[in-house]
Amino acid sequence: MIARFPDRRFAGRVARHAILILTAAFALLPFVWMVSLSLKPPEEIFQADFHLWPTAFHGVENYRVALTAAPMFRFLLNGLLVCTAIFALQLLVCIPCAYALAKLRFRGRDTLFSAVLVGLLLPPQALAIPHFVLLNVFGLLDSYAALILPWVISTFGIFLLRQFFRSIPDEIIHAARLDGLGEFEIIWRIMIPMTTPALAAFGIFSIVAHWNDLFWPLIAVRSAEISTPALGILLFRDDEAGQFLGPLMAGAVIIVAPLLVAFLIAQRRFIDGLAVTTMK
Amino acid sequence: MAEIELRHIEKSYGETAVVKDVSLSIRDGEFLTLVGPSGCGKSTLLRIIAGLEAQDSGEVVVAGRCVDDKRPKERDVAMVFQSYALYPHLSVFDNVALPLRTRRLSFAQRLPFVGRALPGRGGIEKAIRAEVEQAASMLDIAHLLHRKPGQLSGGQRQRVALGRAMVRHPAVFLMDEPLSNLDAKLRVQMRAEIIALHRRLGVTFVYVTHDQAEAMTMSDRVAVMTAGELLQVGQPEQLYRDPQDLRVAEMIGSPKINVVSCDHWMSLGASLPPGVDGNTTHLAFRPEAVGIAAPGDRRLNGVVTSVENLGSDIFLNVALADGCGAVVVRTHPDVSRSEPGRPVGLQIDPACLLQFDGAGMRLRQADQVEAAA
Repeated sequence: MIARFPDRRFAGRVARHAILILTAAFALLPFVWMVSLSLKPPEEIFQADFHLWPTAFHGVENYRVALTAAPMFRFLLNGLLVCTAIFALQLLVCIPCAYALAKLRFRGRDTLFSAVLVGLLLPPQALAIPHFVLLNVFGLLDSYAALILPWVISTFGIFLLRQFFRSIPDEIIHAARLDGLGEFEIIWRIMIPMTTPALAAFGIFSIVAHWNDLFWPLIAVRSAEISTPALGILLFRDDEAGQFLGPLMAGAVIIVAPLLVAFLIAQRRFIDGLAVTTMK
Repeated sequence: MAEIELRHIEKSYGETAVVKDVSLSIRDGEFLTLVGPSGCGKSTLLRIIAGLEAQDSGEVVVAGRCVDDKRPKERDVAMVFQSYALYPHLSVFDNVALPLRTRRLSFAQRLPFVGRALPGRGGIEKAIRAEVEQAASMLDIAHLLHRKPGQLSGGQRQRVALGRAMVRHPAVFLMDEPLSNLDAKLRVQMRAEIIALHRRLGVTFVYVTHDQAEAMTMSDRVAVMTAGELLQVGQPEQLYRDPQDLRVAEMIGSPKINVVSCDHWMSLGASLPPGVDGNTTHLAFRPEAVGIAAPGDRRLNGVVTSVENLGSDIFLNVALADGCGAVVVRTHPDVSRSEPGRPVGLQIDPACLLQFDGAGMRLRQADQVEAAA
């Protein structure tokens, strides 16, 4: 069979790769452009002709401005702190919730799960004003708490983990109960290790979303000391001249880089985790 | 000492009743098998004993103590599951050690991260290691302790599951179809090993299976369940020879017992055997209670449709005339050689004939009642 249609197979392969390359290029183009701009001097940025690599290398200056003109490390640190805190608290809430919804039998469980699904449909922007008012009442605006607290309960996380927990056979949980594990120990010793791929996936979603979030920090925070990277980068925006476009792009590269590194690490965990769960 | 007493257990899921008023006492050290078709409630009953499900009404008494308000881990029972239910992320050693760790280590010692550093843990871990290794060598899995369950064959996983159950010396072993995921050869071998394990440990075994051959070969007593009802409890040979219910008769024994309704019997022109009760609607007889004879006037006649030669025995499938069903006849290879298409008469031993009424209940002749008593 294979030998009889070599041409058709080859053509199919070429077509497949062509489509993949095209879509990949489409997705990558803005990033390439960003990196390219971050290396160029201001004059060259607005030139009519486009070079991927700058004719006059201005990268060092741009990155120096990006790192010194604003407290970039402070922003990165804030981002790290806020994202870790959000993710950690989300796990603390989501995992027991998801376990209860997936594996425990109690009255009203299905109603509760429907409530989670409804929560999934609500756009976060719709809650911005109630959150703002609430934080104002508690006097928490313009603080780390303001950045973290509204995101602690993630309906998406509950939903995602519940689906994964459901795929773990009941017999394993029964065995664990007979072996003397309490429900929280079952979560810690059985459910979490068996669903690391799901946790990694949720981690990527959560961290990317909150690292890149501009909408909420813009509302909740004013001081530069607690600005997240996305908010901090706005400092480079200068409406009068395009002077700061190079440093702005350099700043953008700096804040995207940790995400890429984190993703590469998590991707490795993905594969390891998948290898564990597919064992029967 | 752990006899188990089930008193009027009922359980339903929504509208469907899965266990209907089951009362059963299991003696200390007994190997009792719950057998029945899938969905008959036998696994549910087992999980109720384990405390994994709560019954709607009735009592479970283990070793003279009502355990209804006890959690699974407080009931001193261990369970082996059909899917083995090993923890895939833990090594074989950690799988087997887990029930010991949860029982021996204090709450603080079991805490994540900090527990490891607490005093006293080292000594307990050492004792646990020794016991796990002992159990492992008993089950011949000592060389697998560092592996993950995913790297083991089905039979090895089964042994690990047994090891995890026996390492803490429970008073009761519950087994939920533990052999059904194994291939036929391994199943026979594991059957023998489980019997040997029961003999060595001397504790109560409650074993669930849908395979009547497993039930017959392994157990001291067998409890037959259908559609949530407990039909009969007895020794395997008693269930085979003296079933109280047509469903028990049909479930126990392979090939299945032959059942011919009285109407068919008469429409075929055969005279009913002497002593048949007026209420009898069905007559049943085992394949070995039938002999092949020449077709005759007052007996059941039929045509051989197929011949199964098992070497030691030959099973003849005989179709009765007029679509009145089929009968399996077990013959010795030396006695008769039959080929498909041959008309034969059936000679049934009247002493082995079982009579059932319209509801499937056994009707006994006077001498059978005496014998049963």
